[in-house]
Amino acid sequence: MDSELAEEFPRLGLIALTMPVSPGRSTRAVKQRLRYLSSRFRGASAVTMRQEPVPWAYRVFYRHIGLDPDRTRTPVEGAALERLLRGEFKAQNRIDDALTISLVETGVPIWALDASTLEGELGLRPARAGERLGRGEETASVTAGRLVIADEQSPVGELFGELAPGHGVQPETQDATLFAVRVPGVPDIHVEEAMWTCAELLRAT
Amino acid sequence: MELMDHTRLDVSTAPVVLPGIEIDERGARRSLREQIAKIERDLASAFVESCPGGPAPVPLTRRGGPRLLDLGELERVRDELADRLRSSRGELVERAERQADKRLLLEKMLLEPGRYRFVRVSNADLGEGGCGSYHVLPRLGPIGMLAGWWHVKVSSGCPLAMGSRLAAAPDQHRSSADPWDAAAASA
Repeated sequence: MDSELAEEFPRLGLIALTMPVSPGRSTRAVKQRLRYLSSRFRGASAVTMRQEPVPWAYRVFYRHIGLDPDRTRTPVEGAALERLLRGEFKAQNRIDDALTISLVETGVPIWALDASTLEGELGLRPARAGERLGRGEETASVTAGRLVIADEQSPVGELFGELAPGHGVQPETQDATLFAVRVPGVPDIHVEEAMWTCAELLRAT
Repeated sequence: MELMDHTRLDVSTAPVVLPGIEIDERGARRSLREQIAKIERDLASAFVESCPGGPAPVPLTRRGGPRLLDLGELERVRDELADRLRSSRGELVERAERQADKRLLLEKMLLEPGRYRFVRVSNADLGEGGCGSYHVLPRLGPIGMLAGWWHVKVSSGCPLAMGSRLAAAPDQHRSSADPWDAAAASA
């Protein structure tokens, strides 16, 4: 964690876990769990969600770092909107389904990176001048000062934004690095539960 | 009294930071973040209270990626949110007053329907769910109109599904002020 960032947000943290995965289609049990979550989620849940402690904490942190959650939706509110528009949490693949289930159940977003594309530990820091997102051929420039998720070599994604091309989990990925951003106001237990839920779902498949 | 003459202060100059005194900007930023958190909580409550049918939150004017905000930027965020909260609460009060007026109108319609000919009050006007409405109509059509036999007719609620016709032109049958659209748009 960048020292300036840590001083401004003492409770901000990045929790990462690397584990073997086997991308592919979700099992019947995972699809059933998604259907169950879909049936338990209603319009009223979406409306009152922003009053719940964890989604509210992410909304507040968005405000604190210059994002507007009414324009750039927090992950859990984005999932809720998708549920309302599509009528269900649509099953996609093992990785995305595990991320969706843990997100909806806990409110804490988790992202997955291909561990083989990373160098050293992941961290959270402001981007430096001239840095680019990712290391592949399709890298994009990143404005200095933007908060990024970075390994020891370069940024691999903007905070709460898209991951850099080439770092996401691919069908041939063998090890994935899951990471969650703990924002002020979210107790550790919620983040741990999100990571545990996601890891268990990936392990079970 | 001589002492008073020597105590005049020159207030025309800008505030000066005295040597040895540092402005605690971090503390100020922390305080602003706490204020933003409180306003965000109040905004969430106002949003929930305004549903269904309330306006969807309008995003703030600023754009930009995630970054550490300085004191000025945090103040702008705080001020914009406070303005939005004030506006949301104002709209809630106005809506409550409009609904109270409509409830009063409905009571008068029920007491003296002849004085409120063809007036309609919907459930939405009253802040209630459903598609029902109260409509002052003449009994027996033109005969009741000529005879002055007026009564309040309560509609049976939402229209029935229209089968294939609904599927052919779904947009014609949906209200633009659908509370589910508002919920989806603002979730």
